[in-house]
Amino acid sequence: MADVIEVGAAHRDAPPPAGSKTRGGATNRGSRATPYLFLAPYLVLFGVFGLLPIIFGLWLSVHQWDLQLPNRPFVGLDNYKDLFDSDSAIYGDWWSSVRATGIFTVFSVPLLVAVPLGLALLLNRSFPGRTFFRAVYFAPYVLGVAVIGLLWRFLLDANLGLVNRLLGAVGLPSDTPWVTDVPWAWVSLVGVTVWWTSGFNAVIYLAGLQDISPELYEAARMDGANGWQRFRNVTLPGLRPVMLFVLTTTILASANVFGQSYLITQGAPGQQTRTVVWRIVDEGLRDNDAGRAAAMSIIFALALIVISIVNFRFFRFRED
Amino acid sequence: MIQNEMSRRRLLGLGVGLGAAASLTLAGCGGGSATKSGGTASGNGGKDYTGPKVSLNLWNGFTGGDGDIFKKLVEQFNSEHQNIAVAVNTYRWEDYYSKLPGAVSSGSGPDIAVMHMDQLATFAARGVITELDDVAKALELSEGDFAPTVWKGGIYNNKRYGIPLDMHPLGFYYNKAVMQKAGLDPNKPPTDKDEFTAALTELKKSGVQGFWISPFQFTGGMTFYSLLHQWGGTLFDADVAKATFNSDPAVEACTWLVDLIKQGHSPANVGQDADYLALKSGKNAFNFNGIWQINDIAKDPNAQIGVAEVPQIGSQKAVWANSHNFTIVKQRSADNNKVSGAKVFINWLSEHSLDWAKGGQVPARKQVRESAEFKGIKDVSTLAPELEYAAFPPAAPGLGEVLTTFYTSFNEAALGKKSPKQALDDGVAKANKQLEDNRKKYGS
Repeated sequence: MADVIEVGAAHRDAPPPAGSKTRGGATNRGSRATPYLFLAPYLVLFGVFGLLPIIFGLWLSVHQWDLQLPNRPFVGLDNYKDLFDSDSAIYGDWWSSVRATGIFTVFSVPLLVAVPLGLALLLNRSFPGRTFFRAVYFAPYVLGVAVIGLLWRFLLDANLGLVNRLLGAVGLPSDTPWVTDVPWAWVSLVGVTVWWTSGFNAVIYLAGLQDISPELYEAARMDGANGWQRFRNVTLPGLRPVMLFVLTTTILASANVFGQSYLITQGAPGQQTRTVVWRIVDEGLRDNDAGRAAAMSIIFALALIVISIVNFRFFRFRED
Repeated sequence: MIQNEMSRRRLLGLGVGLGAAASLTLAGCGGGSATKSGGTASGNGGKDYTGPKVSLNLWNGFTGGDGDIFKKLVEQFNSEHQNIAVAVNTYRWEDYYSKLPGAVSSGSGPDIAVMHMDQLATFAARGVITELDDVAKALELSEGDFAPTVWKGGIYNNKRYGIPLDMHPLGFYYNKAVMQKAGLDPNKPPTDKDEFTAALTELKKSGVQGFWISPFQFTGGMTFYSLLHQWGGTLFDADVAKATFNSDPAVEACTWLVDLIKQGHSPANVGQDADYLALKSGKNAFNFNGIWQINDIAKDPNAQIGVAEVPQIGSQKAVWANSHNFTIVKQRSADNNKVSGAKVFINWLSEHSLDWAKGGQVPARKQVRESAEFKGIKDVSTLAPELEYAAFPPAAPGLGEVLTTFYTSFNEAALGKKSPKQALDDGVAKANKQLEDNRKKYGS
């Protein structure tokens, strides 16, 4: 028995693995490979569809890369430099798209974290028709971006749309340029996105809420905690892992916004609501410059990774 | 944005996949060694084909009503040619243009591709399509058979890459009922600046903002494109080396449009397609829109929409237009039989473009345009004379992004974000940088 102690208690009664016949304390060698074998299918998929494209993207980003042109010269860091050089043709478009994405993310994320939480708290109570309301609030999420984009573009149209007409009917200004001028365009884009995607985050919160043990609420109630205190001291701590997930995925999703502005504001006014992903798509697929598009993607991805790390740190700090 | 012509179709087709971004990296895997010279001078340039049976793939972007007409024409061709079988694939234009290069370099591209005139130079420079001078020669096609502007548009670097099928200009749509209400003669739409502004004044008196200026490419941007040429300006210099859309005539044309908003003939902040929807629902009277809307207005005769040539507002006649062209796609390993078959098809369809006109396009071939049958296709033939003075986009590779810059400048001016002069100056500064980038890239 002495030679298997290091393997751990779980293996104590198991027969030695086939590969362990070799001499001198090598019993655990086979089992070391086991986790990697289990990981293998995923590693292969990740390698082919994750890692390789990333490496290939890095390769693209240091070339002037057009799929069809015979020459794809190595340009070093020029594609990156162009993004930071105010004299280059793409500088203005790039930074205005970064600004647009930043504005959208800063305004949409707090709402997309808070509104679904409120919604989930309400839908978690028991009242008649609860299932119906759960379905109602989740429903917009199942629609594609093309559907909601066109729907809202017509509803929000400054001169023909229903929204302005309703506002006018109750005596409010009826000529708000919801889709052609800032800041209204941002109000529209953020508002539509909250309406469209809140249901998803709410469902995640709901699942999280149902995981919080009812005994905790009961104990808090016995200690004389009121509703707000129960929310602060039981619900919020219980939801912390869920919130980390919601916050991180929402930041990433908001930073990747494309369809809403493409369809609803069409980038107007000028290019002020053109987002980073839209810019990258145009650069790579319309203007056939995969090198620049790759450089943009990599800078963008690095920024999102940094934000996600800060995010995780922040939550860990609070846990301490 | 890549040129695409149907705003109606855009509505249906705007769901551009978010996954397109993902294909960025994957598309690069194809290797992309399209053959340098794909089977030119094979066969007799399209007169007939007597070789073994070939099957050809054709890609196009005819997703609207014209798609059905196109498919019927292809069926007819197939039944008349036992040894050529053409299969049609239809994509939305945006998808189509981004899909094509990848498909070609991975060896799964089509044999024949329909392409807008302003895309020909880009795809020719990038080696996606092949020269067609021999087709034109063998078919004895020459400038005289087409409108000169359409015919010249297919040429890049002194070689022909496209055989024009049709052209689609901007037209002038007017709402007869609204005109009548304002005391205007519904059968006499304005034809020049004085008549146009006089009509707008009358309409305003009856409480109608007569001519809505859309700030977007569809269709305000194309209206500005037309007026800029009417004032005698151009978008670029003759070599497409420098942008010129901030010239005095351009600024004047832009100011004239923007002033219509200031004077209350158009509301501010007109949304995409709102100008056209307002025309159909009688909220305005005039709209410059693409010829492709003819089929749409025909669906609703109660709306009483008339079609006429775009009025001459500036010092000369001019109108935005584009054209569909047939091209032959380069293959990894050229098959001369396929190339010959493709040429037969292109020739045949070009000759049958009268049927194509029923899809709402003006045929490029003169002999078809002058036929009595074509003149019988009302509205479409009304716009045919515009071919003589149509301002087609120039043939230069990589022009798509530069045109976007042009349309964005107009957007900023029409939305009152900048003065016309400022917006166009800024646009030209950027466009010149883009043109310089293109020169480096395509070595032109």
